[in-house]
Amino acid sequence: MPGFVEWGLELIRRASSDLSPDVEAVVRRGRDAEPEGTTARNVLDSILQNVEMSRADETPICQDTGLTTFFVHLPRGYDAETVRADLQDAIRLATKEGILRPNSVHPITGKNTGDNVGVDLPHIEFEPASDDAVTIDLLLKGGGSENCGAQYRLPDVSIKAGRDLDGVERCVIDAVHKAQGQGCAPGILGVCIGGDRAGSYMGAKKQLLRHLDDVNPDPLLHDMEARLLDRCNSMGIGPMGFGGVTTLLGVKVGWMHRHPASFFVSIAYCCWADRRRRLVVRDGIAQVL
Amino acid sequence: MGKEAIKLRLPASEDALRALRIGDEVLISGTVVTARDMAHKYMVEKRPESLRDILEGALIYHCGPIMVREGEGWRIVSAGPTTSSREEPYQADVLENYRLGGVIGKGGMGEKTSAALKKCGAVYFHAVGGAGTLLAKRVKKVREVRMLEEFGVPEAFWVLEVEDFPVVVTMDSVGGSLHREVLEASAQKRKDLLGL
Repeated sequence: MPGFVEWGLELIRRASSDLSPDVEAVVRRGRDAEPEGTTARNVLDSILQNVEMSRADETPICQDTGLTTFFVHLPRGYDAETVRADLQDAIRLATKEGILRPNSVHPITGKNTGDNVGVDLPHIEFEPASDDAVTIDLLLKGGGSENCGAQYRLPDVSIKAGRDLDGVERCVIDAVHKAQGQGCAPGILGVCIGGDRAGSYMGAKKQLLRHLDDVNPDPLLHDMEARLLDRCNSMGIGPMGFGGVTTLLGVKVGWMHRHPASFFVSIAYCCWADRRRRLVVRDGIAQVL
Repeated sequence: MGKEAIKLRLPASEDALRALRIGDEVLISGTVVTARDMAHKYMVEKRPESLRDILEGALIYHCGPIMVREGEGWRIVSAGPTTSSREEPYQADVLENYRLGGVIGKGGMGEKTSAALKKCGAVYFHAVGGAGTLLAKRVKKVREVRMLEEFGVPEAFWVLEVEDFPVVVTMDSVGGSLHREVLEASAQKRKDLLGL
């Protein structure tokens, strides 16, 4: 019977080569919004062509398959260390097959482990499951876009940002301007308001697991997401930073309680190739969504 | 597509490179050599003569490809550009020392590189970030690899023969930079949005 090694490999393959339809749909809308004959439109056409080729050939959409990050929900009775070992094996196999690029570099010696396994690699967040199914969300996020992430500490006088939602929006606009095309625009933003430094960054990254067509349950944040998308797109940075109306594909905002003294706003910038997939295992039957 | 893409064969004459302008869409054929962070540091600090045979007249490609061993050779699987700005401290020196035709990357580079392009008659070409499969298909041959053991797969010098490799000129040899133009225009919009 197959187990988490085989299922994990399939999860990685799908995430790396088969872009989620909700992302592809918004790229297509962006393409249609750019005028005929512009470089912006041609770029988005190439992106869509590449998405189709990668799906057909089962090859990585982008050569930078990022640092593998798993978010695992485990029911009672599962051993987290066994799941971790299986996912590491799955990653080794995926690297050998060329589904993942070896991205694990020792920061002191400069040596690449060659198999994507290392200290805190893959990064796995374990949480107890609320029902009897195992769910594993995988996010493959490239280094170029990771470098465009930002954290602000409010108040920030340089952008006239106070400790309120208007201040939060100012941070996002500033971060998108700073990123220009460097994070492979059109990008997707995960934003977290509050938390401590580390938790806030992770909270921002978790927002990237949301589907682009979902609805934020908080109407205030729902409106903020739509408004930020419009305002950021109005800066005209465009696909790859070539100019155009499609600078972002989506903005997702969440929050955490904060310390009275700290007011962090964290922004995770994801490239257009938001490679995320979910594995669900129920009664021994696995499905990649 | 908009205007007709320009075909460029490497090594290209200085005149052909100097004729290119920002916004031109170009299809490149010939030799490109991947080089990213470790490679640039190495080229500037060690100035190896041994790389001259593969670099002169070629283009450096800011790319860390996915490669799979096949018998004695290598198959290229996915090969889009990586962010060029990290090489800004090194690029001008590398362009001059190795007499390159230019660079392929993404995200653009700064004023130091812009000045070097002008001086050397070289060009910065932008490939579509994230188009890994599409761009790998334009690589017709993986000729050889250098510094693989030392740098690992993503950072090694891969010598690639490409055909009709699609790029856009975003920094030219007369000082033009599409990145500078978009940065300046969007900076004004940012100021307006923030009421600064």
